[in-house]
Amino acid sequence: MDNSIVEEIDHRAALKKNVLLWSVCIAITPMILVSCIILYQFRISYHQRVNAHLEELVAKHRQDIDTFLKERLGNIQVLAGNFSFENMSNERFLQERLNILQQNYGPVFVDLGVINFEGFQVAYAGPYKLKHASYSDADWFKKAMANNSEYYKSDVFLGLRGVPHFIIAVRRTSGDKTWIVRATIDFVYFNSLVEKIRIGETGFAFILNNEGKFQTHAVHDVAPDKSPYRDFLKYNNAEKKEIHIVEHADASGSTSLYVASFLKHGDWMLVYQQKSSEAFADYRRAVSIAIVIVILGCVLILSTAIILTNKLVRLLTKIDREKEMMNEQIVETGKLASIGELAAGIAHEINNPVAIMVGEAGWIEDLLEEEEFQASENMNEFKRALKQIHIQGKRCKEITHKLLSFARKTGSRPQDINVNELIEELVDLSAQRAKFSNVTIVTDFKEDMPSICVSQSELQQVFLNLINNALDAMEKDGGDIRISTRTDGNRVVVVVADTGPGIPSAVLNRIFDPFFTTKPVGKGTGLGLSICYGIIKKMRGEIEVQSTVGVGTTFLVKIPLPED
Amino acid sequence: MDSFSTLFVDDEEEFLATVLKRLKKRNLEVMGANSGEEALNVLKSRHVDIVVLDVRMPGMDGIQTLREIKKEFPLVEVLMLTGHANMEVAVEGMELGAFDYLMKPVEIDELLYKLQDAYKKKSLQEEKIKKIKTITK
Repeated sequence: MDNSIVEEIDHRAALKKNVLLWSVCIAITPMILVSCIILYQFRISYHQRVNAHLEELVAKHRQDIDTFLKERLGNIQVLAGNFSFENMSNERFLQERLNILQQNYGPVFVDLGVINFEGFQVAYAGPYKLKHASYSDADWFKKAMANNSEYYKSDVFLGLRGVPHFIIAVRRTSGDKTWIVRATIDFVYFNSLVEKIRIGETGFAFILNNEGKFQTHAVHDVAPDKSPYRDFLKYNNAEKKEIHIVEHADASGSTSLYVASFLKHGDWMLVYQQKSSEAFADYRRAVSIAIVIVILGCVLILSTAIILTNKLVRLLTKIDREKEMMNEQIVETGKLASIGELAAGIAHEINNPVAIMVGEAGWIEDLLEEEEFQASENMNEFKRALKQIHIQGKRCKEITHKLLSFARKTGSRPQDINVNELIEELVDLSAQRAKFSNVTIVTDFKEDMPSICVSQSELQQVFLNLINNALDAMEKDGGDIRISTRTDGNRVVVVVADTGPGIPSAVLNRIFDPFFTTKPVGKGTGLGLSICYGIIKKMRGEIEVQSTVGVGTTFLVKIPLPED
Repeated sequence: MDSFSTLFVDDEEEFLATVLKRLKKRNLEVMGANSGEEALNVLKSRHVDIVVLDVRMPGMDGIQTLREIKKEFPLVEVLMLTGHANMEVAVEGMELGAFDYLMKPVEIDELLYKLQDAYKKKSLQEEKIKKIKTITK
């Protein structure tokens, strides 16, 4: 019994687990799959978009900066081409030129200088006192004097003045003289060109030369790790027009996006740097929203699945239990029916020997009437013994007849019966005995009870049995019997409740079994309630018992109303 | 009271013997038969007023025997004796013309009364028939 209960609980737990697992898997898998695919596609297209945007930005600024450099070079080339060395050597003339340039282009040009082939500055216009300075050892001078190009744009350097700047130098040859016109470009102004490229909080640009040295101020903390720039510089040898994009994690673990392009024929590199978290902020927001939705969805699915599964399992359990109860009832009914048949057979077989015994006893009685025995001193004992045989024979007969009436299939004819009236009569009948047992019988009838169509004698037998049982139970201590009637849907319900000692639960489910009795041997046959059960079942009704030891016992008899 | 002859039919010999002894002791003219067939044979050869017939017997059962008796000897009254309160059999027996039915074990006095009643009925019937005969003659 215990094993089967444990098995059943195990079975239910397994069922619950299965249903839960499957429903959750089936609901959650497509959701997660779809979310991942959409996010992945979105990521690709969003990255493409951001990259394209940054590429365009960098390309535009590269062009701007290239144009700026070209124009400034052009300015100087015009100066060098249009005026002779003699004119240019005139400091007042040079100052005028510088003024004109500054008027046209703002403070881009810091100063102008004319340098002879020996590196000696013959004329100078500008804020610094650099006239007669010698550049013969300067790197830029050497490069400018080299024959491969007519001009030279230097990297940013400190030079003689000790301020970061870069210069544009144009070499001229007139006759046998070679000279150089040199202009200094304001670093602050040039810087502002690059510093203008700013997006969000972390996006900014700067320029590197091909050795990786900064040509402009970096506004923010440029990655201390220069590996991304070095990677870009490697491209120097490759296609120079390309714009390169790289995502790179620095030592602190935060990834940044680097967009680089070459300027100045590959001498310089414009680098745009932005933290990935900012560049892809929209994508990251979409991801976090998606994650929140997926988690919420999972929670919702899980809770729904749990609730539904619980409901399902509860329903199944209920159905199981109902089925079990029904089976029990079927078994019970079958048991009673087979016991009834068996009892009928036994009753019949017993009747014959009993008849013979009683007959023989009668014969002895007859013989004792003869005169020769009258004088016997044991005459009275003989008579008493024979009488006893008769009495016990009658008892056997009663038992067998009761058994047979329990088992018999046909009974008296059904007729319309008012339950209230029938019970009232029975209560009157039992009143004398009740008074003797100090029991009060109380009736509580519902008025206008519909009549039922059953056998009157059988119904009387049922209620008489119930009342008698109650009276027997309370014979010693007295008590109350309460009989009430009511209707419940299409059934008549009669409740017989006593305040007797109650029936122990161990025997409660056996009380309808034939021959089961709690009365002392010889007092009861154990057939009363099984006959009641048989009769009520035949009427397609139900008989139920509720009992609490020490409180009392209640019998419920439910009989269906006739079907119209 | 006039004496009448009774035939007691039961397959249980012990029961039959005792009942016969007891009835004889009460000065009744009784005979016994162990089966339906035997009972019919006795009826053919002897005069019998009343037959007491057990319902449950091997071979010809009570109802069959009753049918035969009523067919061949309609004036003989029949008392059915049943082992239990088998209403169907009892009702069938009554419909077939049995005088009454008794349940085993039966009190000897009750049996006697029933026998006397049955004989009374038979006598009345015979008188009626005689009257009808005299009138029709």
